[in-house]
Amino acid sequence: MREAPLRAGLWLALALLGIGLVLPLGTVLLRAFEDAEGGFAGLANILAYARTPALRLAAWNSLWTAALTTLLTVPLAFLYAYGLTRACLPARPAFRAVMLLPVLAPSLLPALALITLFGNQGLLRGMLGGGSLYGPVGIVAAQVFYCFPHAAIILSVALGMADARLYEAAAALRAGRWRVFWTVTLPGARYGLVSATTVVFTLVVTDFGIPKVIGGQFPVLATDVYKQVVGLQNFNMGAVVGLVLLLPAVGGFLLDRWAEGQRSATLSGRAVAYQPRPRPARDVPLLLLCLLVAGFLLGIVGVACWSSLIRFWPWNLSLTLDNYDFARFDAAGWGTVWTSVRMAAWVALIGTPLAFGTAWLLERGAPGGLLSSVLRFVAGLPLAVPGLVLGLGTILFFNHPANPLGFLYGTLGLLVLNSLVHFYTVPHLAAVTAIRQLDPEFEAVGASLRVPALLTFARVTVPICLPAILDIAVYFFVNAMTTVSAVIFLYGPETKPASIAVVHMDEAGQASAAAAMACAILGVTVAVKLAQLAMAGVVERATQGWRAR
Amino acid sequence: MSAALERPPALVAAAPYLVVEQVSKRFGTFQALDHVSLAVEPGEFVSFLGPSGCGKTTLLRAIAGLDPPSSGRIAQGGRDITHLPPGRRDFGIVFQSYALFPNLSVTANIGYGLRGRAWPRRRREERVAELLALVGLAEHAAKYPAQLSGGQQQRVALARALASEPGLLLLDEPLSALDAIVRQHLRGEIRALQRRLGVTTVMVTHDQEEAMSVSDRVVVMSRGRIEQVGTPEAIYRQPASAFVAGFVGRSSHVSATVEAPPGLLLVEGLRLPCAAARPLLYGTPVEAFIRPEDVRLGGAATALPGAFDAEVTHGEFLGPVCRLSLEASLPSGRRWRLEADAPPELARAAPGTVLPVAFPAERVMVFPADA
Repeated sequence: MREAPLRAGLWLALALLGIGLVLPLGTVLLRAFEDAEGGFAGLANILAYARTPALRLAAWNSLWTAALTTLLTVPLAFLYAYGLTRACLPARPAFRAVMLLPVLAPSLLPALALITLFGNQGLLRGMLGGGSLYGPVGIVAAQVFYCFPHAAIILSVALGMADARLYEAAAALRAGRWRVFWTVTLPGARYGLVSATTVVFTLVVTDFGIPKVIGGQFPVLATDVYKQVVGLQNFNMGAVVGLVLLLPAVGGFLLDRWAEGQRSATLSGRAVAYQPRPRPARDVPLLLLCLLVAGFLLGIVGVACWSSLIRFWPWNLSLTLDNYDFARFDAAGWGTVWTSVRMAAWVALIGTPLAFGTAWLLERGAPGGLLSSVLRFVAGLPLAVPGLVLGLGTILFFNHPANPLGFLYGTLGLLVLNSLVHFYTVPHLAAVTAIRQLDPEFEAVGASLRVPALLTFARVTVPICLPAILDIAVYFFVNAMTTVSAVIFLYGPETKPASIAVVHMDEAGQASAAAAMACAILGVTVAVKLAQLAMAGVVERATQGWRAR
Repeated sequence: MSAALERPPALVAAAPYLVVEQVSKRFGTFQALDHVSLAVEPGEFVSFLGPSGCGKTTLLRAIAGLDPPSSGRIAQGGRDITHLPPGRRDFGIVFQSYALFPNLSVTANIGYGLRGRAWPRRRREERVAELLALVGLAEHAAKYPAQLSGGQQQRVALARALASEPGLLLLDEPLSALDAIVRQHLRGEIRALQRRLGVTTVMVTHDQEEAMSVSDRVVVMSRGRIEQVGTPEAIYRQPASAFVAGFVGRSSHVSATVEAPPGLLLVEGLRLPCAAARPLLYGTPVEAFIRPEDVRLGGAATALPGAFDAEVTHGEFLGPVCRLSLEASLPSGRRWRLEADAPPELARAAPGTVLPVAFPAERVMVFPADA
């Protein structure tokens, strides 16, 4: 009986995910089988898709650029993560910070930087040997930058959890370095490798910003959805392409889930952490590689910042802040940045308590029952849904004349709901992980002392998990700040986010202004990240004193 | 209120504090508790003892209301509590992990349940100070749990459970996370504290020595059922079933049948005198148990009827006694392994030595074999 108000929280979460995710996704599925007049079309749309060579070509292009990016990114990220975790490198925190930089930037930023360098009017165009940047070359190069941190984070976690005892046992059995690498290191990281591979592949296939800016006439699935919907107003064909886009994402999602399940038992509680010892033959080449990669990442960001300060590319290279006077290029001016900040703040403010509270209710507060199982499944779903498909579903669902929620269309509220749902899975999983580390009997002890579960939640669970909660809030904020793919269908005249302004400025040929806007977004996210680090210190002192012995 | 009015007369007459009636619990197809009934007297210290998976923790959690039973009835102090949530019952609990709140100081942990109108600040502070003194942790009041030793953490958990003077104290393997010496010390302390406060206590443990040393009565459980409820001496000396005889204490075990003259067992051709076999029918298959301290060796054995020879396979020095492992050749040709505590003169018997072995007839425990 006392669980009733707690279960209401679960219903709220389910309602939000239902309206923001399940119903829009269902709408996409339905529309793929409808004709233009709304009648049942059966497989006609899908057959029409399969018979259009241009569309088939886009699917093939998406696949091979994604495969090539994965092939380049994962080994590079593996070596970088290996350097961070298994070698004695100087300034490891700095390398780690640089590694995270691309996450804070919108995916358009590397594309804009590459155009500055190698585009039609690029400084280093000659280095391409007459080839064109616009197309697969640019897409793959920009995607490597954009996907690198995602792979590197996963792999440094996988490589960071090494059990020193296995290495001591291998050494005692007189195994050589290569043998140890192949029999201990690589097997220990293999699920991380699977995970990194699927994540990179899915990111590339579903990303919209990079091919939009640098893809030129090279069609891929993501730009096709946009073209069908925004250009041709063919919503049904857009839905079919969306379904095709959904396939690799769902496949990658399932593969990743499988890897996650396999990984759980690899490290026992008794493991002894591995501490690398200096060995120049390994450390020096890894240091050089890490310097090279870090230089590439910083270089791209640096070029973007620099190009945002150029007066008139490429004829007048003197520096100016004029490009940051956004009102010259877009009526909304800095208003778009302000819109993005407000949207991201709302997503963080609503999403953090929602994700953490729901995870707690599912794990501890009111677990069990069909409602919990359904919610658990739905909470994992957003990871498998590309932003474009979600955006398309949302526009189709909320624009339907019979939908009483239609008034939300074009409002900030819808953008917030959409971003909240789009980025829900990772915070949910992070919250579940944090809560599972707590003693399972906290709530039982509280109950035996006649303390309501909500009070134990507030006095014990939240203070202990505050660092994780802060991480979740920043994750929501940064992602909402940089997202392009879902919101591109959803903004209204009054609610254009900064990331969309970047796309529009680029379309209008205002490359320097676009770079300036991308840098403005990066500035906000970096500031928030720095604020988190500063706050983490305060929070640590205030709530984590008990960790010290 | 209505529960108090409806309580059955039998409960009032015997006035046990905690009554468990026909309680069953199923997890899917697994029967964790199978029609368990039990009565605990006020102020009594009762232990649930059994191997893992026997249902002892499930029964404790049913009493606490953490996992309500599938069927049956539980009453505490004459009140039916079967379907009450834990927050509306009257008990304190100490978990195996202690579940101390790591971000709260010792003081805040102990005072965690002392809230509301009944506990104004002054009264709460006094009560916490009293409890800190009771468990001997006054000087650690401001520390966090991670700064305490395992034994100290255990005492904080105990103080927290006792803070609001519950009528029932539940202990779920409270000592198993500690090392052997701290464990022995603390179990004595828990028992002394329980006697002093007179709080009815139920403890779950898989450690029989722990159960025997602190309990007024021990409840031996196996596969979701109660095998025996009795004083520690009773379950050791008069086990009610073959399971209890095998689980509690050490014993040597053999399958046998009841022989024709009353008071004899037949073990694959070997005849053993056994007083407990007298009332049993000829030919009944039985399981026979003998404790190592009851086995007679050497001269003491030859004086008894039914002595036979066995070969020493190895000796185990346990401090006060030396326990010998022996093998007897049965007439059927099978080797039968036995354990016996050696008298001082035989403590150094080398492997290979052949000794006469005999069992005092009144010390052999027999139970009809399961079909």
